Amino acid sequence: MYRYDELDQAFVDQRVAEFRDQTRRHLAGQLSEDEFRPLRLRNGLYIQRHAPMLRIAIPYGLLASRQLAKLADIARRYDRGYGHFTTRQNLQLNWPNLADVPDILAELATVQMHAIQTSGNCVRNVTADHLAGIARDEIDDPRPYCEIIRQWATLHPEFTYLPRKFKIAVTGSPEDRAASEVHDIGLHLARDAQGNIGFTVLVGGGLGRSPAIGQVIRDFLPLADLLSYLEAILRVYNRHGRRDNLNKARIKVLVKTLGIGRFREQVEAGWQLARASAARLPASEVERVRGFFRPQPYEALPDFDATAGRAPAFQAWYRYNTRPHRVSGYRAVFVSLKAHGQNPGDMSSEQMEAVAALAERVSFGLIRTTHNQNLLLADVRQADLHEVWLELQRHQLAMPNIGTLTDMIACPGLDFCSLANAGTLGVAKQIQERFDDLDYLYDLGDIEIKMSGCMNACGHHHVGHIGILGVDKHGEEWYQITLGGSANGFTALGEVIGPSVPKNEVAATIERMVEVYRALRAEGERFIDTLRRVGLGPFRESAYATHPAAA
Amino acid sequence: MRRILRRREIVADDWIHLGEEAADGAALIVPLAELRKDPGRWRQWSGRLGVRLTPIDRVEELAQELPRLDLVAVEFPNPSDGRGYSAGRLLRERLGFRGELRAVGAGVRQDQVFLLARCGFDALELADGEDADAARRALQRYDVAYQPGSPQTVMRRQRFLA
Repeated sequence: MYRYDELDQAFVDQRVAEFRDQTRRHLAGQLSEDEFRPLRLRNGLYIQRHAPMLRIAIPYGLLASRQLAKLADIARRYDRGYGHFTTRQNLQLNWPNLADVPDILAELATVQMHAIQTSGNCVRNVTADHLAGIARDEIDDPRPYCEIIRQWATLHPEFTYLPRKFKIAVTGSPEDRAASEVHDIGLHLARDAQGNIGFTVLVGGGLGRSPAIGQVIRDFLPLADLLSYLEAILRVYNRHGRRDNLNKARIKVLVKTLGIGRFREQVEAGWQLARASAARLPASEVERVRGFFRPQPYEALPDFDATAGRAPAFQAWYRYNTRPHRVSGYRAVFVSLKAHGQNPGDMSSEQMEAVAALAERVSFGLIRTTHNQNLLLADVRQADLHEVWLELQRHQLAMPNIGTLTDMIACPGLDFCSLANAGTLGVAKQIQERFDDLDYLYDLGDIEIKMSGCMNACGHHHVGHIGILGVDKHGEEWYQITLGGSANGFTALGEVIGPSVPKNEVAATIERMVEVYRALRAEGERFIDTLRRVGLGPFRESAYATHPAAA
Repeated sequence: MRRILRRREIVADDWIHLGEEAADGAALIVPLAELRKDPGRWRQWSGRLGVRLTPIDRVEELAQELPRLDLVAVEFPNPSDGRGYSAGRLLRERLGFRGELRAVGAGVRQDQVFLLARCGFDALELADGEDADAARRALQRYDVAYQPGSPQTVMRRQRFLA
């Protein structure tokens, strides 16, 4: 993985010193809450319902064991002994003290980490495919480019006060595991006819209040032009994005208003004029960064059937929680943060330490966080899988449900977030309880549930096969359900099935809908494919079949 | 007398904004709208002339006037309005403006000055009540940066070069 050089380290150290001074001035009454807010947000610090929330950056989801161990240590000493992994691969602490945050950031800096630009109207953490570097269908490893973009975007003097937040995702595989088409900019690695690396550039995707799928602004952008082109897009947005209405300030609104054609003309015109003075991406820098992402020193091993003669529980775990690896003899292993009875994405300090130590032993000391709020050990020898399973089981991290209905995404919701209209954690628990039978889950197969506690859509509900959106109705929590969303390879926004349902009806409503699938599916057909084939009608009818209370 | 932070020095302002008391021949800063309304009058102004841009003014429209101008002031109405950063870089890098580039308005605070300087602003008319010494120190909060930037700050090291 990338290791800081002197510049990177000096930068984060100076950033900590700056934030320590800003916090001091705030606590001394020299910076009002209004004045302090944009400064603390750019250091990942929110003020939430009960306490501050600190969002720590995990660039493109990659962690070293010592970093995960440090996060465990920080969560224990400064918080309540756990953290929450997010859809954008970051970690949130829910209970730090404001006055401690400069010390927490200083601790992070000792392991080459930070919380810079994890919030606020600036370029956020750059995310990537969690199978980067090991996927068999990969064109190129996206992580070196993510790292370069991270550096370029960090305290960019022109783009630190944008109209609204700005999210970039990079994917190197045709199967988009980074939800790049619902990002402000999505970059798809591509090769031109000569085999040179570049990107297909999408712009204007996003969820939130008015969801939109990104549109292609450039079919092929040569690698050397990456930074100058990003600057050209950001400049048009910084100058012309709306600042009068928070709900219309994302770049997707500007792209929609101008139309992709006119938006492209403005970007390309500005790009041609600015190329000479824009930040250059020299080949030597690309090579330097690529050098940190070389393949691991894999052993030459044959593939073998790791499940032969093993218990059915291990076989189920192998089938659902491991994935093929580019290199024979290895597999990628999901660490499920979706055990039934726990909040999706939450992890205790003890669990973090156990996984950090395990990764040190069996996966080159590296851990990845995923868009789906799980962790991944990317490079596990097949011969080690049984031992890894036992160890994960000991720590309640081996729930064999990856890709099933209970591997759901959920934002923290009303229990923590001051923006939320409704709770998500109680509903997650309700779904886990109703779908607690593994055989039933396996029979239902690949179903993605995504749940958000408000319109801001941190839980990506628009792109869930089943989306759940919490709404407030006269002070009560109700839930609007969408069907047919998807974010990988065939991006689609879900359609609202009808009136929202009361809190205690959510899981039952989902069960009635998946029963429709079971009745109508063709042999081997996935939920989403049945839905696309037969349409929403039968699902809608059954959803409301037995509760007249819905209004 | 208003004080400004110019090239890392706190100095008395030798410019007057239109509407303030100005003797003939004073160095005068005129809003772009005013300049457009009566360009002939301002071309004949006997003193040095500067123009003041609001966040919605397009810097490209200044191209013709720039040779006559000794100063361009860019408004930052609050610290979160970042449009002026793009205006600064465009003036320096695309339009080649070499005169004084001044940030003005309630958004010019000590926590912004480093970014402003990196975008080419060499004069900072600080918001009312802002501590000028603290702002001067804030120019040196960082001595490393990833992006290319103007020479208004002292950089030990930069990653990407222009």
